[in-house]
Amino acid sequence: MTDLTTEQINASSSEIMDVRNVVKRAIELNDYSYLLAKVPYSQFIGMSVERFGDEMVFKLPAKDDNIGNPILPAIHGGVIAGFMEMSAIVQLMVFMQAKKVPKIVDFSIDYLRAGLHQDTFAECKITRQGRRVANVSINCWQTNRKQLIATARAHFLIE
Amino acid sequence: MIINSEFFPLTDVATRFVNQLVHCRRLGLSVKEASEHHVLIELPYSQDIIGYPDTGVIHGGVITTLIDTTCGTAVVCAILDKYKSLEISPTLDLRVDYMRPAEPNKPVYAFAECYRLSSSVAFTRAIAYQSSIDDPIAHAVGSFMRISPEMVGEEFRQALMGNVTEVKHD
Repeated sequence: MTDLTTEQINASSSEIMDVRNVVKRAIELNDYSYLLAKVPYSQFIGMSVERFGDEMVFKLPAKDDNIGNPILPAIHGGVIAGFMEMSAIVQLMVFMQAKKVPKIVDFSIDYLRAGLHQDTFAECKITRQGRRVANVSINCWQTNRKQLIATARAHFLIE
Repeated sequence: MIINSEFFPLTDVATRFVNQLVHCRRLGLSVKEASEHHVLIELPYSQDIIGYPDTGVIHGGVITTLIDTTCGTAVVCAILDKYKSLEISPTLDLRVDYMRPAEPNKPVYAFAECYRLSSSVAFTRAIAYQSSIDDPIAHAVGSFMRISPEMVGEEFRQALMGNVTEVKHD
């Protein structure tokens, strides 16, 4: 393992984000908040991630700003989609040791239940990874992993 | 490009609907036009919604949010026109195809139409673009479930019909 000094990290991020180093460092420290902190949108919705061995679980803590329908109240469907898309991007970056942030090609989501105003979780599966395109499926739930609130699949351009 | 909202009679009700959605206020979405056939919404650029820090390109999730909101509003408008009743339709599914990344520092527009309204499902399609609708950022189709008008709370109904003091913008 190579040690990356804070200076090196800062130097690389101030110009062009060195994705490979950011990912490498996140894996070494087992701290992915650093990776997420590089992407303003993930901060905007407030998501976080934890890794358990080969599994990553993404979390979107309940946050007032993410509400769509104020009556239920329910999380905006677009925020759920954005959270799932970002989860897929991080999953790809970590498990492919990506040099670049994968680019979204298409995103298709089915909403199964209302996403209530509470903590939300997601997990991703890289269904197929080709040379240029990767296919990821994403599941999203709240209180019970078996009662999904949404499922999605997406294609990304890699490298 | 923008357009006299007086020609589009549902602009006010669409504006009030979008302003009820907390996250949409946070994103600064504004309704430019709304009729029984279509809705046009503007998303301003901001540093907060960047998804690709290298280039400043906004996150796909924000485009999805914009499109979901615009399609949902188009359904509200279509139902209001056809049945003279207010229904708030939850999204069943949404598929977004990305044609190209959005250019940084420019607003993104979404144009949506509800092209078929059946007794239980509303079908929509949308295009997201910047300078020209002929050079799209994304194409989308989405379907929405219809729910009975009684499911819309009285308070929400009043707020949407504009019979109540303006929604607070924070």
